[in-house]
Amino acid sequence: MADQIPLSMTVNGRTRRGTGEPRLTLADFLREQAQCTGVHLGCEHGVCGSCTVLMDGEAVRSCLLFAVQAEGADITTVEGLAPDDETLHPVQEAFRDCHGLQCGFCTPGFVVSVAAFLEANPDPSDAEIRHGIAGNLCRCTGYQGIVAATRQAAAVMRGGE
Amino acid sequence: MKPAPFEYHAPEAVADVVSLLAEHGDDAKPLAGGQSLVPMLAMRLTRFEHIVDLNRVDELFGVESDNGGVRIGAMTRQAAVETDAAVAERVPLLHLATPHIGHFQIRNRGTIGGSVAHADPASEYPAVMLALDGTAEIASASGTREVPAAEFFESTFMTAVASDELLTALRFPAWDQPAGFAFDEIARRSGDFALAGAAVGIGTDAEGRINRAAVGMLGVGAIPLRASSVEAALMGLAAADADPAEIGRLAADDMDPIGDVHASAEYRRRAGSTLVGRVLADALAQVTTEDGNG
Repeated sequence: MADQIPLSMTVNGRTRRGTGEPRLTLADFLREQAQCTGVHLGCEHGVCGSCTVLMDGEAVRSCLLFAVQAEGADITTVEGLAPDDETLHPVQEAFRDCHGLQCGFCTPGFVVSVAAFLEANPDPSDAEIRHGIAGNLCRCTGYQGIVAATRQAAAVMRGGE
Repeated sequence: MKPAPFEYHAPEAVADVVSLLAEHGDDAKPLAGGQSLVPMLAMRLTRFEHIVDLNRVDELFGVESDNGGVRIGAMTRQAAVETDAAVAERVPLLHLATPHIGHFQIRNRGTIGGSVAHADPASEYPAVMLALDGTAEIASASGTREVPAAEFFESTFMTAVASDELLTALRFPAWDQPAGFAFDEIARRSGDFALAGAAVGIGTDAEGRINRAAVGMLGVGAIPLRASSVEAALMGLAAADADPAEIGRLAADDMDPIGDVHASAEYRRRAGSTLVGRVLADALAQVTTEDGNG
């Protein structure tokens, strides 16, 4: 029991290896062994959405997965969304432009969730945006800025601007 | 790292899963999408010596259509159910209920079998399964068996699936007749556990007379419940003449709600029966405005 298990997965395009007990969550692996501290941990039981990452392209709660379950998977965290260090992803750009964050704690989860949401829904209505961000909690912006940021990012990602 | 330590198993075949369950019994727990089990482990509401991960058991995934309806592998993600064309066409109620489950990130991992086996009385799929007379396929080391929905849910978080058994698939019948389907629930915020919910199917004959009524309710008892009084009142009526608000009120008698911090028992009963009426109105509208979608 509680054996250390070797772990290996692709994180933001690089192979990352580590070890951990089976109960090590994917979120803890990403933070502590893959240096992706943009993965934030709020509630650690799937409610707040701060730990949202992409696993094989799908937005998931990394606190509700064990690292061992992601063996061989392709993980993208907020650090891996932008194409390079000099550029922001359109969703990141929009959050900056539209006051989509204040303290910033929830922001990585929002950014990853919104990026995934817009991939599946390129031209959402405001109602759809509000439904789309319902799985992430923010305690300071009042959400108006986040909705505006999502609207702007959608336009940019569609190529309209 | 919040859960208690456990030994992790990742079998790739149902035969290996049931053999592990036979060996470890109550000390083992199958892990499906983990959207309920992992929070419970993290909060130490429960702990198991052995976790049997089902995510690499390919045979548990997928939707198959046959002439009776659809068969959905227990590990099929809720997100896959949501977008499956056969489900939308043949079991519309399942399609309508799915977006009410959690959030899209939850549905990307959560599975239909996990929802049903977890048997939270406030969850959507158990009420749909009960309303539609679905069937559970269950495997163990000694063979397979089928359990109808009416006998599946025993109590809160308790089902007919024994600790050495695995829920492998669910079957839902298609309604080959003029029919209307609707689903809705009351929750404080989008994605919260429902305070009350209703899943309704109405079928008619060629003259528009109701000859099939299925009303499932969630959040208003220890298990999902059928509104039998509502179903009985609907049978034989011309769909165009049925008064959904009045008939919906009968559902109050079919409930056994529990009061908690989220809502009192009385609120659940009153709001729930009003909701049954509204959902019923939606379903009836589909069989009266045109000749149905069945």
